[in-house]
Amino acid sequence: MSQTLAMTVNGRAVSVTVDDPEMPLLYALRNDLGLTGPHYGCGLGQCGACTVHVDGVAARSCQLPVGAMAGKRITTLEGLGTAGKPHPVQAAFIAEQAVQCGYCANGMIMESASFLAQTPKPTEAQVREALASNICRCGTQPRVVRAVLRAAAQA
Amino acid sequence: MDGMQLSRRGLFGTGGALVVSFALGGAKPAAAWTEKPVALEQVDSFLAIDAQGRVTTYVGKVDLGTGLRTGFAQIAADELDVPMTAVSVVEGDTALTPDQGPTYGSLGIQIGGVQLRQAAATARALLVAEAASRFGLPAETLRTEDGAAIAPDGRRIAYAALVGGKAFSRAVDPGATIKPPEARKVVGKPVPRVDIPDKVMGRFAYVHDLKLPGMLHGRAVRPPAMGAVAEAVDAASVAGIPGIVKVVHEKGFVGVVAKTEWAAIKAQAALKVRWSAWAGLPEQAKLWEHVRATPVAQRQVTSEKGDPATAIKGAATTLSASYDFAIHTHGSMGPSCAVAEFKDGRLTVWTASQATHNLRKQLALMLGQPVEQVRCIYQEGAGCYGRNGHEDAAADAVLLAKAVGKPVRVQWMRAEEHGWDPKGPPTLIDLRAGLDAQGKVVGWESEAFIPKGAGGNVDLVAAELGGLPRENLLSPGNIVHNLAVPYGFPAVRTTCLRLESTPFRPSWIRTPGRMQNTYASEAFLDELAAAAGKDPLQFRLENLDDPRGREVLERCARLANWQARPSPQRDQSGEILRGRGVTYVKYELVRTYVAGVAEVEVNRRTGEIRVTEFFCTHDCGQIINPDAVTAQIEGNVVSTLSRTLKEELTFDRGTVTSLDWASYRTITFPEVPKITVELIDRPAEKPWGAGEPAAAIVPSAVSNAVYDATGVRLRSVPFSPAKVRAALQGA
Repeated sequence: MSQTLAMTVNGRAVSVTVDDPEMPLLYALRNDLGLTGPHYGCGLGQCGACTVHVDGVAARSCQLPVGAMAGKRITTLEGLGTAGKPHPVQAAFIAEQAVQCGYCANGMIMESASFLAQTPKPTEAQVREALASNICRCGTQPRVVRAVLRAAAQA
Repeated sequence: MDGMQLSRRGLFGTGGALVVSFALGGAKPAAAWTEKPVALEQVDSFLAIDAQGRVTTYVGKVDLGTGLRTGFAQIAADELDVPMTAVSVVEGDTALTPDQGPTYGSLGIQIGGVQLRQAAATARALLVAEAASRFGLPAETLRTEDGAAIAPDGRRIAYAALVGGKAFSRAVDPGATIKPPEARKVVGKPVPRVDIPDKVMGRFAYVHDLKLPGMLHGRAVRPPAMGAVAEAVDAASVAGIPGIVKVVHEKGFVGVVAKTEWAAIKAQAALKVRWSAWAGLPEQAKLWEHVRATPVAQRQVTSEKGDPATAIKGAATTLSASYDFAIHTHGSMGPSCAVAEFKDGRLTVWTASQATHNLRKQLALMLGQPVEQVRCIYQEGAGCYGRNGHEDAAADAVLLAKAVGKPVRVQWMRAEEHGWDPKGPPTLIDLRAGLDAQGKVVGWESEAFIPKGAGGNVDLVAAELGGLPRENLLSPGNIVHNLAVPYGFPAVRTTCLRLESTPFRPSWIRTPGRMQNTYASEAFLDELAAAAGKDPLQFRLENLDDPRGREVLERCARLANWQARPSPQRDQSGEILRGRGVTYVKYELVRTYVAGVAEVEVNRRTGEIRVTEFFCTHDCGQIINPDAVTAQIEGNVVSTLSRTLKEELTFDRGTVTSLDWASYRTITFPEVPKITVELIDRPAEKPWGAGEPAAAIVPSAVSNAVYDATGVRLRSVPFSPAKVRAALQGA
């Protein structure tokens, strides 16, 4: 029995029709709404590649049943900044060249943006701790830390 | 090009080269099958210039997240004298790009970039010759700039007017002059990567993001034990899942296809299959006994000088040790993914494979279909550090697409990636050496127990399970390098014992063999230095003549403020012990030189190792993009620290048990050290690889630093806290 859910995604009211409300939000974003910024990494909430903001706070979209998202305000990487006005964290990632393959970058950026909103002037140790559950296999961690600190300094 | 006099009409072919313009990093459209030169000796195989003067380069080497795309654009832009913004790069499309070999072995720039550079230099010479003929001037009086040939009197002809849209129809000239260092504008500069803005803004199209009209979603259903066979499949067990399209069962290959990805995932989990019993893996606790007992297919001596056995026997001091290195998964961030489509009897596969030209042949073999009817198109995926699961996901997608007659996308789940990607094989190395009374090495012998085979094709899981045609060879990569040592010992023999089998389907993971062999040799060398009572840096320099090798070591020592003294350090009081270790590699003994110093803190109570600083000095000859090289070195250090300190595949008698990131631990942000990189640029030299060499030095640097701190030698990767505690208690 399919059901239709209304939510706000990247500032726009959208509705998603699903036949299983247990389906993780990630698949609705990627396959129904065409928002491929969030990536499937593990489906277990362990790596961070699928991170989005729900009501302004970082959350792992592979762990969120879409049925629980009705009425929520969701932001994906596509909606964090615009080409003309990238989010400070996005601008800092470009400035620090803090990306290799970039598959984890969605999670790094979304997690950091949420973290900086709550901790605007973090220490380096705080940045590292905030990202302790985000995995990168290319080894961009030193640059990611620099980028987050740069974004904090410029905010 | 000298003496080439061609008529205006005769210089460029009139047939028209195919120009396919893509935005850098953009999604690759399903372009029609086209005929375009792809032979390595043809200019048109590598590049085309369209009527607007835009340059499209075609490369068989692909950007796996390392920045190769940017490097290729830099090389083409400089060699052709066009702005970088005028250059786009098409990678790894078997219909459009030359087969430059898989993107492995740190050869992307060294081979792929150099071939492109020669084609571009040839093209530039042809353009100059054509312009000269039109101007009625000798070619050597012309110069090129900003996509145009310019006469001494200022007249200029744009490349677009010279060749726009037409083929060069000429062979690459191996003698075409390459730009001298002082004439380069973007090569050698830290040009920002072309793909990063899209990746950061969520606009980049990975293979995972590809969506074809009518595309369905597939998942393979793998046996619970690796060698088990599906005896019966109960399709009805998933019939109730909305959107299910088909359950596929062909011999041992089982899979599901559904209209939605979520339905395919649910069906994959829910499908009832009766599997045969299988328990063919060795007991993990006895892995090294198993490796040692595996029959040897071939004894491969990789270096030999003098009579080391006799020299060691007669030495004043004799040392021997065994080093082992765990089985690793690639553990790609993004589980492997591919999209396959059969259309008009032809198969197109979109894949993040590092070797699309090889994959094409493997898929044709599996299907029993002519290779001409198969096209593989590279589309970037999550970082790939060797032959991981991308090819296997492609084979899954192909079999499922064939079964349903519609395009099918397959993305592996995390457990499939950790469980079914090919593994870095277990490596065991025995070493023996002798010192004379003055502490000089008189003989060195080592034997590596490693699987037979080379860097060929790794069989596709679907072909293996489905009993379909495949090569049936072990292909662990070119893993024999760097067992031979770069030092001038008087007597040496290094031997690779190539084993008949290895527990898991092997493949190459970043720095295959070179890392394990360097780790054992450079750590054992440190044991000799300690036995000789010598400073480990000085001990290396005493045995090293190569001036570039000496330079990286000496510069790294300065970078790290190295204080000469023998290891271990003397202060063994307190809970935290501090030490430093130095190490060195000349990659494959023929190219990139790297030296490293690790500084560590070892907690004696918990056994935890904290690497606080890592210094690296790196000489890969000519540098195309210093920031990209630095990023590769940082990546090598971080990912190899992860492998050295934490990563280890676990398994029972039937299958892999480390199936997620909680059971296969990797480095976390708080554990990443401060990394300091010093690049040595040699603009007049050849460009060598940088994607792997720095990884080779990391495990030995840590082992040496831990020894310096504690006086205890770690010889078993990963250096887990339990192993450290056991070693400290045994000391």
